[in-house]
Amino acid sequence: MWLLKLAWKNLWRNRSRTIVTQSAVFFAVLLSVTTNSLQDGVFDHFIRNMVSFYSGYIQVHKAGYWDQQILDNGFEQNTGVENTITRHPEVVSVASRIESYALASVEEITKGCMVVGVDPQGEKAITQLHAKVISGDYFELDDHRPVALLSEGLAKRLKLQVHDTIILISQGYHGAMAAGKYRVIGLVRFGSPELNEQLLYLPLSVAQEFFSAEYLVTSKVLSIRSDKKLERIAQEVQQAIGEGYEVMTWKEMMPEVDQHIKTDKGSMYIISGILYLLIGFGIFGTLLMLMAERKYELGMLIAIGMKKQKLVVVLLMESVLNVVVGCLAGMLGSVPVVWYLYVHPIRFGGELADVYSRFGFEPVFPASTDVWIFITQGIIVLIMGFVLSLYPMITIWRLDAVTAMKK
Amino acid sequence: MDTIIDAHHVTKTYNPKTIPVVAVNSVHMHLERGEFTALVGPSGSGKTTLLNLIGGLDKPDTGSIMIHGTDITRLSANQLIDFRLRNIGFVFQAFNLIPVLSARENVELIMQLQGLPKNEINQRVETLFHQIGLEDKLDTRPAQLSGGQQQRVAVARALASRPQVVLADEPTANLDSKSAANLLDIMAKLNQEENMTFIFSTHDQRVIERARRVITLVDGKIFSDTAVVDTSLPHGISPA
Repeated sequence: MWLLKLAWKNLWRNRSRTIVTQSAVFFAVLLSVTTNSLQDGVFDHFIRNMVSFYSGYIQVHKAGYWDQQILDNGFEQNTGVENTITRHPEVVSVASRIESYALASVEEITKGCMVVGVDPQGEKAITQLHAKVISGDYFELDDHRPVALLSEGLAKRLKLQVHDTIILISQGYHGAMAAGKYRVIGLVRFGSPELNEQLLYLPLSVAQEFFSAEYLVTSKVLSIRSDKKLERIAQEVQQAIGEGYEVMTWKEMMPEVDQHIKTDKGSMYIISGILYLLIGFGIFGTLLMLMAERKYELGMLIAIGMKKQKLVVVLLMESVLNVVVGCLAGMLGSVPVVWYLYVHPIRFGGELADVYSRFGFEPVFPASTDVWIFITQGIIVLIMGFVLSLYPMITIWRLDAVTAMKK
Repeated sequence: MDTIIDAHHVTKTYNPKTIPVVAVNSVHMHLERGEFTALVGPSGSGKTTLLNLIGGLDKPDTGSIMIHGTDITRLSANQLIDFRLRNIGFVFQAFNLIPVLSARENVELIMQLQGLPKNEINQRVETLFHQIGLEDKLDTRPAQLSGGQQQRVAVARALASRPQVVLADEPTANLDSKSAANLLDIMAKLNQEENMTFIFSTHDQRVIERARRVITLVDGKIFSDTAVVDTSLPHGISPA
């Protein structure tokens, strides 16, 4: 206890130096927590946007469907699979889909499109399809009417308006002929040009009838509580429903997006690394000065009978206390900053905002309030403090009392 | 008589591989408990080196140094630190009190290192501060004390561990006459009351006059060793 008291008193022997060191740690933690919170928040936001475009966080298919996406690789809608999936505590909602391609025709114009039969209620929860309606109406929640929602780009190519009629021709389940006539009840807009040019939604039962695939679905789309647990949830769902199905995360379905995020995070790690390096050198400089200044006193302490081990403990405590105080202050100081950026996210304006909006993203940079960001950054700085404390420890170990006391 | 220091054929050479400097050259020295001895000699005569060797701060190249029956030249670095803590008290020219600790805490430090119980530490601190006449300065930081007061606290710190020997390297060099006399009075009193052995390395005539034995070193060798106060130094050697 008295060693701790001695360390604490030593810490304040040069108040300005201690404050400068602690300030360096404070700003290191504050900056790293804020940048990491922003980065995480932005990516969370980005991922939420991406998965709510279409894919959802996780999809369940019949095994082999992803490699050969045809109706014949669909599976029975009303098996116990959905019940098994929804029993997982991290799964928020599940929606069924049947997907295939068709030719859409209006008068003289015919275009290829992707027909997606959706459960209106489930889709509302997972992809917020209802929010993407830019004119007309969304499906009724238990819709069995021959009605369709068209993506804006497809409607433009087909020169269609709401309340017009569209003809669909395709190949159904097991090669059956598929044809139908549907009334357009609304237009939807997607950020992704790819989706905006080719999607056509039908109520699930209507699409199943069109494809002659009653009770057949090609995928179950899952919404989960947290993207952080994505892989674990996918793994557990896979174990629960067995090998006959494939469970795919959005990362597997959109590897290019995952890669982009990883690359971006990598560059942030480099910036954080540089920041830590600068702070580390700052603290090291202070330690160098401190050791040079106290060399005589340390030699004297060894001379009067203080074992080097005890001196090492005192100096270690000094370094750790210095870093801990700065670190805690940094963590506390970053709470209001991160909270402010969470409540008032950075909002882009001008052309950049237009670009974001065109791709269906809200042009905002919200901060993440994940408590682990605070803890992780705190731990990194603490480890840094411990590593830097090696210098005084090594110096003490090598210190010769007589040499140290020579002025 | 009780032998406290017995040094045989002690030699210490610095820079043995480059330009050898023989700081202590084949010194024999024998001190009994309770002696009040001054090591004198010109600068570079080997006083501080000999004091460091006796204090176990440095190791001789040859010879042995027995302190109260223990050959300290055979102890490991860690054993030496422990030996110093329990057997040797140091008083330095520059006081060397820890600036962030109060006078009391500076003295307590030694006893805490020894692992003494709190009540014993308190009792000893009170006695020591009474002996050095600074009972009213217990909680004062070194910076608020005069040079003489700081050196008295340093003496209290040196005595805190109840050492066999107190080694004082130029203890009065930074003090005015009054403070120096006062300090010497205290040390002489402690020497008599506690029968503690004091060895001073000094140039100071005031210390030499109070010593009951004066060992004069020249070029690392004992030039004279007398039990009578003798201020007549050889030609070319003058006290500060």
